[in-house]
Amino acid sequence: MEHLINLFFRSIFVDNMIFAFFLGMCSFLAVSKNVKTSIGLGAAVTFVLVVTVPVDYLLQVHVLEPLGLSYLSFILFIAVIAGMTQIVEMVVERYSPSLYSSLGIFLPLIAVNCAIMGASLFMQQRINLDPASSQYIGNVWDAIVYAFGSGLGWMLAITLMGAIREKMQYSDVPKPLQGLGITFITVGLMAMAMMCFSGLKI
Amino acid sequence: MGLFSKQNKQVLAKPLSLDNPIMVQVLGICSALAVTSQLKPAIVMGLAVTVITAFSNVIISIIRKSIPMRIRIIVQLVVVAALVTIVSQILKAFAYDVSVQLSVYVGLIITNCILMGRLEAFAMMNKPWPSFLDGIGNGLGYAMILIIVGFVRELFGRGTLLGFQVLPDSYVGNGMMTMPAMALILLGCIIWVHRAYFYKEEESK
Repeated sequence: MEHLINLFFRSIFVDNMIFAFFLGMCSFLAVSKNVKTSIGLGAAVTFVLVVTVPVDYLLQVHVLEPLGLSYLSFILFIAVIAGMTQIVEMVVERYSPSLYSSLGIFLPLIAVNCAIMGASLFMQQRINLDPASSQYIGNVWDAIVYAFGSGLGWMLAITLMGAIREKMQYSDVPKPLQGLGITFITVGLMAMAMMCFSGLKI
Repeated sequence: MGLFSKQNKQVLAKPLSLDNPIMVQVLGICSALAVTSQLKPAIVMGLAVTVITAFSNVIISIIRKSIPMRIRIIVQLVVVAALVTIVSQILKAFAYDVSVQLSVYVGLIITNCILMGRLEAFAMMNKPWPSFLDGIGNGLGYAMILIIVGFVRELFGRGTLLGFQVLPDSYVGNGMMTMPAMALILLGCIIWVHRAYFYKEEESK
């Protein structure tokens, strides 16, 4: 239990997908223009993560590893992710058409969101870690908690960024720096602040 | 149309300056930042992405007429994933230390938006040869930024380049440069310079 809580908070704050590993930057930069869409995309990403990482975990442990097919993991993982994304897309289109239209092209692009593929690949690495480590993933519950924490961390980051960008519209940024440039520098400063959490232990 | 007609040359050269995949099209940021704390992994990563972009562009361009529109993303992903698996195995065999340094980021080339972006925007509509050049051009444009960021970060963070001591021993490494945050800020500054330089051309468009 303690391990689960520790893993959960670590994956939100210390191993944050955006601030520590830069995963999922593309959609992060493009969609974080206001808070509402940011939360929507964050929730969609979290959902896809929570479903795909445990599935990929089971595939890795029960199928790929015993058969010695680990080198096929890239293709298998991406197939699971692409399939899941298709389902999420259909569900969102059915139940929340307004969110569907505001997310636009970025919904199908969750499939190529590095944060999701990244979480599966990190999970694959963490299986081989020392069980005493706070990053160790040893069973399906660990995988689910890790996925959920990473998703929340991503959502937290994109929501904060959306809020900052809403405010930033009123500030006087040098012209060549407007848009992308200043966004990068802001994310850099946020990442520096997030570094305060490194070494966090519960 | 010759192999290196004017149009083809432009396809190759444009991503290097005006239409850079990272700075203008905002593609492939994720891996661009994570592998640049030293120069060597940055170079290897740049080369790997160039090769994969070029070949996946060619393959998709050859089969572009027989891909059903609805499932094209999955087809593209499978082609890219197969190429990435090959490159990752080659790296493990011939450059093991670099592949350890790159860790998950080799696998993440699959989800690198440059690949998908170029496949969707160029290879689906063009013949194999221009697609190949487009892949090479975009890959090199990407590699260029990686190398600039990697150069600055390794030089000021450790005082070395490719592992060789460049700055005098008395130079104390600036730990800040090796932190992830600094990569973002550096990239922000590169974009700033790039936009300031090409600003007039953008205005006149």
